[in-house]
Amino acid sequence: MNPRIVIFEEEQRQLEGVCKKLAKDSLARAIFLLDKNGQIIVATGEVAEIDTTSLASLVAGTAAATSSLARLLGEEEFPVHFHEGQRDNLHISIVGPEHILAVIFDQRSSLGLVRLRVKKASDQLLEIFVKLAERQSEDQGNNVFSEITDEDIDNLFSDSF
Amino acid sequence: MSFINYSSREIILKIVFYGPGLSGKTTNIKFIYAATNPDARGKLISLETKAERTLFFDFLPLSLPAIRGFKTRLHLYTVPGQLFYSASRKLIMKGADGVIFVSDSQQERFEANLIAMDDLQENLQAYGYDIEKIPFVIQYNKRDLPNVTPVEELRKALNPWGVPDFEASAAAEGGPGVFDTLKSVVKMIIRDLRNAK
Repeated sequence: MNPRIVIFEEEQRQLEGVCKKLAKDSLARAIFLLDKNGQIIVATGEVAEIDTTSLASLVAGTAAATSSLARLLGEEEFPVHFHEGQRDNLHISIVGPEHILAVIFDQRSSLGLVRLRVKKASDQLLEIFVKLAERQSEDQGNNVFSEITDEDIDNLFSDSF
Repeated sequence: MSFINYSSREIILKIVFYGPGLSGKTTNIKFIYAATNPDARGKLISLETKAERTLFFDFLPLSLPAIRGFKTRLHLYTVPGQLFYSASRKLIMKGADGVIFVSDSQQERFEANLIAMDDLQENLQAYGYDIEKIPFVIQYNKRDLPNVTPVEELRKALNPWGVPDFEASAAAEGGPGVFDTLKSVVKMIIRDLRNAK
């Protein structure tokens, strides 16, 4: 269980840039880029009123369940899911092997526009993830945890619990 | 799989509570939720049936103090324990940094514990994890009940590896053993990360 997912500042900025442009071009309310474990990489748009941590874990759970369903039915993947609400809609798409893009949009946009813009953004995101994977494999030798002491670890629990 | 974001200076660790149905996985996480400073926790998500049995997972995010300048977040998940939810258990296990096995100390649940432990090992193997190397602790829950198997007997059956194990009563006043179990696995995860090459 030692492999790590690492996001560097440069790639974080690039990913945010793509997501912000997607939000603008698709007229979406909010965009979330997550990894398949439910960890948020980018959250942009009207996110202040949304419990983003909960949303991320539920979207990841949904994506995982849907992927399993796909395989059960002999499909490689169901890469896109769409949920239509009274006011807001949720478009979830799988980006590459490890990431999920969730787009929340309302009547200001349309499913067709979101799908079109998501396709383009996904290609751009994939390019960044490829570069990130290369940097990650170089970074595996750099251990941010190496300086942690036993005292640091013991002190983790002193205040909150 | 630990997640490090250099931009937001954040580390996220995923911990999964595993165990047979009704062993107290959800009770553990609900106790942790209730006993944690609200500033240090997020919302508890429980995807459950009408009978309050876990259907897919429970999820609780916790925040710990920063460690070496990195905010430390824990994502706690429970799996559904009922036998026929095996596909869901496997999904929830993906990317776990540490595992807490919550066993049911009641005598009549001895067999169920063994089946769940076998199931855990299978799922870990499927992801290429070695149970002898991962951060893994065992909890003997429900020690407050009258009809419980002695700890030594449970330990012999469930803990051949000698991993840290804890007696607990998650449903009892004060939830003895719950936080000890959690702290132990978190410390193991961070020590592992520190020592990783």
